[in-house]
Amino acid sequence: MTIDTVVHAQAHPDQPQPFAELGLKPDEYQRIRDILGRRPTSSELAMYSVMWSEHCSYKSSKVHLRQFGEKKPETQALLVGIGENAGVVDIGDGWAVTFKVESHNHPSYVEPYQGAATGIGGIVRDIMSMGARPIAVMDPLRFGPLDAPDTKRVLPGVIAGVGGYGNCLGLPNIGGEVVFDESYAGNPLVNALCIGAMRHDDIHLASAKGVGNLVVLYGARTGGDGIGGVSVLASETFDADGPAKRPSVQVGDPFMEKLLIEATLEVLHAGLVEGIQDLGGAGISCATSELASNGEGGMHVWLDRVLLRDQTLSPEEILMSESQERMCAIVAPANLDAFMALCRKWDVEAVVIGEVTDSGRLTIDWHGERIVDVPPRTVAHEGPVYERPYHRPSWQDTLQADTPDALARPSAPDELRATLLDLVGAPNLASKAWVTSQYDRYVLGNTVLAQPEDSGMVRVDEQTGRGVAVSTDCNGRFAKLDPYAGAQLALAESYRNVVATGAIPLAVTNCLNFGSPEDPEVMWQFAEATRGLADGCLELGIPVTGGNVSFYNQTGDVAILPTPVVGVLGVIDDVDRRTPMAWGPDGELIYLLGDTRDEFGGSEWAHHVHRHLGGLPPIVDLARERLLGEILVAGSRDGMLTAAHDVSDGGVAQTLVEMALRSGIGARTWVPDGIDPFVFLFGESAGRAVVVVPRSEELRFTEMCAARQLPAHRIGVVDSGLGPDAGYPDGTQVLQVSDLFAVALDELRTVHEGTLPAVLDA
Amino acid sequence: MRIGVVTFPGTLDDGDAARAVCIAGGEPVALWHGDDDLKGVDAVVLPGGFSYGDYLRCGAISRFAPVMTSLVPAAQGGLPVLGICNGFQVLCESHLLPGALTRNGSLHFVCRDQRLRIERTDTDWTRDFAPGQEIVIPLKNGEGCFVADERTLDELEGEGRVVARYLEVNPNGSRRDIAGISNARGNIVGLMPHPEHAVEALTGPSTDGLGFFTSVLTTMVRA
Repeated sequence: MTIDTVVHAQAHPDQPQPFAELGLKPDEYQRIRDILGRRPTSSELAMYSVMWSEHCSYKSSKVHLRQFGEKKPETQALLVGIGENAGVVDIGDGWAVTFKVESHNHPSYVEPYQGAATGIGGIVRDIMSMGARPIAVMDPLRFGPLDAPDTKRVLPGVIAGVGGYGNCLGLPNIGGEVVFDESYAGNPLVNALCIGAMRHDDIHLASAKGVGNLVVLYGARTGGDGIGGVSVLASETFDADGPAKRPSVQVGDPFMEKLLIEATLEVLHAGLVEGIQDLGGAGISCATSELASNGEGGMHVWLDRVLLRDQTLSPEEILMSESQERMCAIVAPANLDAFMALCRKWDVEAVVIGEVTDSGRLTIDWHGERIVDVPPRTVAHEGPVYERPYHRPSWQDTLQADTPDALARPSAPDELRATLLDLVGAPNLASKAWVTSQYDRYVLGNTVLAQPEDSGMVRVDEQTGRGVAVSTDCNGRFAKLDPYAGAQLALAESYRNVVATGAIPLAVTNCLNFGSPEDPEVMWQFAEATRGLADGCLELGIPVTGGNVSFYNQTGDVAILPTPVVGVLGVIDDVDRRTPMAWGPDGELIYLLGDTRDEFGGSEWAHHVHRHLGGLPPIVDLARERLLGEILVAGSRDGMLTAAHDVSDGGVAQTLVEMALRSGIGARTWVPDGIDPFVFLFGESAGRAVVVVPRSEELRFTEMCAARQLPAHRIGVVDSGLGPDAGYPDGTQVLQVSDLFAVALDELRTVHEGTLPAVLDA
Repeated sequence: MRIGVVTFPGTLDDGDAARAVCIAGGEPVALWHGDDDLKGVDAVVLPGGFSYGDYLRCGAISRFAPVMTSLVPAAQGGLPVLGICNGFQVLCESHLLPGALTRNGSLHFVCRDQRLRIERTDTDWTRDFAPGQEIVIPLKNGEGCFVADERTLDELEGEGRVVARYLEVNPNGSRRDIAGISNARGNIVGLMPHPEHAVEALTGPSTDGLGFFTSVLTTMVRA
């Protein structure tokens, strides 16, 4: 094997290079030549190709993502901002929390189990590289139609992968989403979110500081898996009948990751680390160039010292390998022995592969020969930036003009009852227990709320009860109808889910899943969604602390629904006073907060019953969302609420059904005067929640709402004794809606819980 | 009362087990897999997790850990030992308990709040329960299907060594709905569900799990 050294590259300047196969455009290749003043060596080409990929460089999204910094609201909470591996938020009492969501969409389509598993692994290492102990994970997932043949291949594999990896790591899975839509057939979205906690003093950053300090690679050995994952897999559109790309998918070993977590936390806690970086996309290329670029600016690496699983790997492959469960630490020479001893304690292999220099160059040798000599910033941070052209799609006006107003609506009592049952069992609204029962939500013993609650909530401090709540949401249909409003509605729903539990929102993360940025109409969706999200965060006063962009989620010319998944994190000073979604005993009063309008554009009713998508999404009123949040948090803090649940997909009917099933107790409810029963039950106006108030608190609560001018309608009362009145045997738990209809909870439960097993266990 | 909690590589619920010991009123003592020193503890919990990744076979590698070379004779000599989930698998692989735990009947990992009946209350880990008491504690496993040959199952039943049985739903296909068993002397108990996750009303489905940890303290007070 001839090694393409720097000397060789200089001597053979015109040797053809496979830049196109590595995903680089001709002008990008020329730019590398200009930076280096010569052609790159094959190893340098490998590094640039992975680091300048869309996935690593954000070259198409950067100009839009800047808004998150430019429009950042005033906040004291942000300790570390966007740009690091994950943002860090102050939650009080000396505690800090970091959270981030990432996509693993393309690998999960090719190889569902490993794609999903390594998605968890990657985001967990991201969180660790901030110095935090991972404390929980969540998974926003999207698939093609439940009954589509390929969904039966992809979904069980993804769920098993999320569970198989996450359960084995010992991190509770506390929530997420499972959404079905035609557009995700062939482009499933597998996003993974991790939350970590640390003391303020423990924050670590990815930088190689201190000339003479050592670069230690530790964890799993480097193998041939996942080579070019980011450039080939994540940054290209699938061809309908292209070659299988399975060799580009990484293979996970959760046991090694668990050891890596424990070893990493111990070396951090012992103060043995100057800088730390996870190895994920682009592997050693990414870790070395980013650490050097963030630190003194120079690093030298002896690449032949990397421990290999496969001794035949070439240096280019070693640089590009995305083998999982690896970390890179910068360690002072005096601390090396102690560092190595802790790695040995946890049976984790570690090796010094380089040292920090002040040369301003990243140099890499292979058995004594120089194969890389580059300015690290040009690899890590100064990649290409594109102002991709974008324009409003030609079909957008037609889509918005096609309102749901003409769709046939149920009006007779038995029609309304049938519609309610139909929706309660619709794949998007049905119980997701088939999924969540495969995840361990109990491990670590701090899970206070988990699916199907509005947010996941974990206790951070066992002494004080301080904790955090996190929710992720997005209705891609709303985003298709109006990407600006759709992104804000995703933010609003996530925000609402956090305040419903009584937590105060502090920060936002996102995972922006879109089609090809080379399509100007997709790029417009992206530009509008990011603008909407940035404006929305400013108005709600919560900053974006980090996130991820996933482009090229399309098959042929057909892109997925624009899907800007938004995660909101809130803090609660004592998890003991969280508001759950199950209502309490007989006699408690059920209130609907907010305004109900005739809004069905993008609704679940239009989608499920009529297969219709058109019109405009619900009106966004973020000032109202903020007010609703203040009322819900005050209600929790002052003990005025027994339960709360947000109103979103499926409308008030779905909210009431979920609350009733969660508690197992029936209720008498009624349609407020002046509202059409169908609109009341199934409309999806934003800015609403259903709350349950003990009679003793009713006056205080309604006066608070009146004083703050938040509409509050009494719509029901918890009642376990409705059976005989509604025509059911005594003791039957029943949900009664005005004098329109009644349904037994048992029937609701059978329908709600039957949908997923009927298809997935068949 | 000092209760050891063993950590193998890949153990996950050691922190939860230690917390449960504390809440019950005991003092948890961390025991390391690579160390054969039991530190003079009065009882030992083998917690849940995926020791050694559960590669090969659940518990098959942990059985050979240095800590087990001390623990096995101590348990045979009467030291109270509770194996939960992966710990139960380790006890079976170590031949301290009969039978084996295999892949769930559904072939899926399952996490649920499980109703159980305590069938035997004269073991070191269940004496604080009432005979026939029904409890709800979390269950979470991928390989929790208890199997043994018919003769062994008859023996376990005949000798009253079935400690707990699944009610309402058999979540993993275990023979005769068996959720937990003990040795004849009642000092070694293996249990598939997780009592350490049901010790606080805030985080568990109940506080029913506490009974296992208070029981062993009661045992020691009596001894």
